[in-house]
Amino acid sequence: MATRASDASTFDHDVLQSEKVVLVDFWAEWCGPCRALGPVLDQLADDLDDKLDVVKINVDHNPGLALRYQITSMPVMKIFRGGEVVHTIIGAKPRPTIENEIAAYLS
Amino acid sequence: MRNMVIVGSGPAAFTAAIYASRAGLQPLLVASSVEVGGELMNTTEVENFPGFPEGILGPELMTKFQAQAERFGTEVEVEDVVDLDLEGPVKRVRLGAGTVHECATVVFATGSAYRKLGLEEEERLSGHGLSWCATCDGFFFRGKTIAVVGGGDSAMEEATFLTRFAERVYVVHRRDTLRASHIMQQRAFDDPKITFVWNSEVTAVLGETAVTGVTLRDTATGEHSDLTLDGLFVAIGHDPRTHLVHGKVDLTSEGTIAVQGRSSRTSVDGVFAAGDVVDPHYRQAITAAGSGAVAALDAETYLSALASPVLTDEAEPSTVTSEDDVALASTT
Repeated sequence: MATRASDASTFDHDVLQSEKVVLVDFWAEWCGPCRALGPVLDQLADDLDDKLDVVKINVDHNPGLALRYQITSMPVMKIFRGGEVVHTIIGAKPRPTIENEIAAYLS
Repeated sequence: MRNMVIVGSGPAAFTAAIYASRAGLQPLLVASSVEVGGELMNTTEVENFPGFPEGILGPELMTKFQAQAERFGTEVEVEDVVDLDLEGPVKRVRLGAGTVHECATVVFATGSAYRKLGLEEEERLSGHGLSWCATCDGFFFRGKTIAVVGGGDSAMEEATFLTRFAERVYVVHRRDTLRASHIMQQRAFDDPKITFVWNSEVTAVLGETAVTGVTLRDTATGEHSDLTLDGLFVAIGHDPRTHLVHGKVDLTSEGTIAVQGRSSRTSVDGVFAAGDVVDPHYRQAITAAGSGAVAALDAETYLSALASPVLTDEAEPSTVTSEDDVALASTT
């Protein structure tokens, strides 16, 4: 699956109830590093299709979700497993770093 | 083998790419996977880049740089360089995915990275109220009280930008005068939401899971005081990004890559450096762009000397080349 944009109405289904591990990317149009990270996550989503979903939350359109997950910095990636946040990655990181950080949760 | 690999993706790297591609060198530019566009990606309005009288957004300017470079045949790879082999006439540039590019010249323009405060709690609180990117994180401080540390242009830009969101912005500076340009200072002084805290150094960032304040030391009296905050933005300068070339090219005492005179030639033949990675002082988009042009022209001269049969050991030096070029050619 490619990366999927989600919002408050689909978040439960896309993230909290997902059978797979979900990487949620909190981002915004005006955040330069977020835009740079976009293609990296698209690639990751394609390559790890069977194990990982990548869901994008635009904080401009979803302030409630940003508040609920206490987002104070961007880009930030929250890793969800079974509806819980199990790991947080702060800042745009190269792909190998992201892969390393999520590897433990994918098994 | 390629003529040229450019490492970096800011104004210096893309200007080198524009010049080199127009010279028919078909350069490959390795842009890094997540820092494409360099420093300007984190700025808002750029008002001092000539040719844009109305100003232009930093990221938009970088998109234009890239389009111009690609128009003349620059290949852009969005990947990270993990290792460089710069010895000898064939250079090797190894990328994160394992690919190795062989090339005759390397233009190194990796820019600089935000300087940290050097405090233990920095790692723990970074992303939790402690930030280096006002344009990324300012949004989350609507109606809050925050501080910017620093006294240069970027500190003033951040402080002024942050007043869009924050209720109150303190500017904490070690001295009693600013390094920032006059126009940026004036803008900050005129802003009713900005309060200056002079002669003060941050000695600790407070908070367990999120920033709650800072401890300041008065640089004149040595007295300590706490300032309650919701967020802290650090803009105390930059360090040249040289880790890929440590031990491979000579550095200056300031930590930048050493270049010969006003050229871009490093201590290693065929390796050229441009932009913030060679410049601890000016650090402007336009000066970086200028030095990128210099690097492409230097590399072009080097490549034609390599190709030219006139410049072998036995031949008379040509009158049109400088002594340095002859020296380079005779050692390769």
